[in-house]
Amino acid sequence: MNSLYWIAFKSILIKEINRFTRIWVQTLVPPAITMTLYFLIFGNLVGSRIGEMGGVSYMEFIAPGLIMMSVITNSYSNVASSFYSAKFQGNIEEIMVAPVPHYVMIAGYVGGGVARGLCVGLIVTLVAMFFVNLSLHHVGLVIMTVFLTSVLFALGGLINAVFAKSFDDISIIPTFILTPLTYLGGVFYSLSLLPEFWQGVSGLNPVVYMINVFRYGFLGFADISIPLSIAIMVGFCATLWFVAYYLISRGIGLRS
Amino acid sequence: MSDNANALVIENLQKTYKGGVHAVKGISLTVNQGDFFALLGPNGAGKSTTIGIISSLVQKTTGSVKVFGFDIDQQLEEAKLCIGLVPQEFNFNQFETVLQIVVNQAGYYGVPRHIAFQRAEKYLSQLDLWEKRDSQARALSGGMKRRLMIARALMHQPKLLILDEPTAGVDIELRRSMWEFLKEINQQGVTIILTTHYLEEAEMLCRNIGIIDKGLLIECTSMKSLLSKLDVETFILDIRHDIQSVPALTNMSCRVIDNHTLEVDVAKANNLNDLFSQLSELNIEVLSMRNKANRLEELFVELVEKAKEAK
Repeated sequence: MNSLYWIAFKSILIKEINRFTRIWVQTLVPPAITMTLYFLIFGNLVGSRIGEMGGVSYMEFIAPGLIMMSVITNSYSNVASSFYSAKFQGNIEEIMVAPVPHYVMIAGYVGGGVARGLCVGLIVTLVAMFFVNLSLHHVGLVIMTVFLTSVLFALGGLINAVFAKSFDDISIIPTFILTPLTYLGGVFYSLSLLPEFWQGVSGLNPVVYMINVFRYGFLGFADISIPLSIAIMVGFCATLWFVAYYLISRGIGLRS
Repeated sequence: MSDNANALVIENLQKTYKGGVHAVKGISLTVNQGDFFALLGPNGAGKSTTIGIISSLVQKTTGSVKVFGFDIDQQLEEAKLCIGLVPQEFNFNQFETVLQIVVNQAGYYGVPRHIAFQRAEKYLSQLDLWEKRDSQARALSGGMKRRLMIARALMHQPKLLILDEPTAGVDIELRRSMWEFLKEINQQGVTIILTTHYLEEAEMLCRNIGIIDKGLLIECTSMKSLLSKLDVETFILDIRHDIQSVPALTNMSCRVIDNHTLEVDVAKANNLNDLFSQLSELNIEVLSMRNKANRLEELFVELVEKAKEAK
């Protein structure tokens, strides 16, 4: 059975990768254009007037956050839209009638989200390198953070799609929750600039910890303890995994 | 333990949906291995719900389902491996190519990719879809989409193939070629359960039959024994010369439809030789003859009407 599950996982993953590469103009090009504009406007034009932040140029400071922002958005929206479309068109039944355990199904879809998140992350990193000389302080942390972050948000996208009853439902969470969390997660500023109260409030935002570790991986400085940030990311991933597993195994939104 | 004698054993199956609709009200049914079984019933009778439960797309309320001896409550994955499902609605990703759809489906059942490609060529060729393998599914005609769903269901070589109205909306020529294909698959040992609204199709293909109405199994028998219950058959006769009056036939009632057409009711006790002898004696020349309605259709309507009256 184990080889059956592995083949099933690979099949879902290949299907998901085929999906986002087939529509690459919608999935891979827009983040590159958006991030180029961010670097031009915030990094170059505005950033030159801000000066240094955290001991580095503003452009260098925001680069890790912008990469992370695209990883978050793309991992989330890939799974949310693919899983919801599969429900909407009925082709989720192709997997439901097959002997695919629930955890393999979740892993396959999340794997697709992670693949897109990493692809986009790589593209945005290449774009960033046109504008800034990116240094790497800790490669392992960079890879681990980008992986955990894309897993976390891919799981979030899956949970969103399970509950979604229309295409509007998969755009509400990104618009009203994901975007504010990302913008307030320290992409454009250091938490140390905030008053103490708002620093405390920011601690409730999980995106803060991801950007914190990711930025540390590139620049070597952090606002929050690295072990604490990693523990929080792992904790969120585990929690969302169990929530997704519970929903899928109960057939919520899938079986009548 | 797997019991290979029966492909499917359903016992006291019930399904009540959240809204309170009692779609299946205690169906018990056995389908033998190698059978070609028709599951018939009017719209909303509970056929698709029953199929949904067997293929684990619908959660049952009570009862048990065993597929080749594998209980879907305890050995769901083993049971799923035995089943190939052709649903009523097109449920593949319209933007994937034909080849991607069938190869991925094989993968979900653990078929390695290189074997999946070989099987894809085999089944898509048999169903005249190989030339379309690189086309997106949305570009296929309705008949091609139906055949694609059959190819997809066969990719893991199931022992039990369930077809929920596989020929709906398909032209007669294509329907006949699909019948030949299904007969061939059945002769190779695959058990087939078919739901259809084309009763001629069920009569032609199936050896056994179950009729569901309002969530209950109202008949379950062999096609032969069911058809033998038909007391009277009505035939339409095309006559060479003008008919001036209603021919007087002994033990048979006869009606004139138009100058060249007669309608005759022949009871089971009589035979067609009697009819032809009597017509010959009256110098009536018959050019052709056909059943007024499909025999199974007449019985089906009769059974469903009886079930209604019983309530």
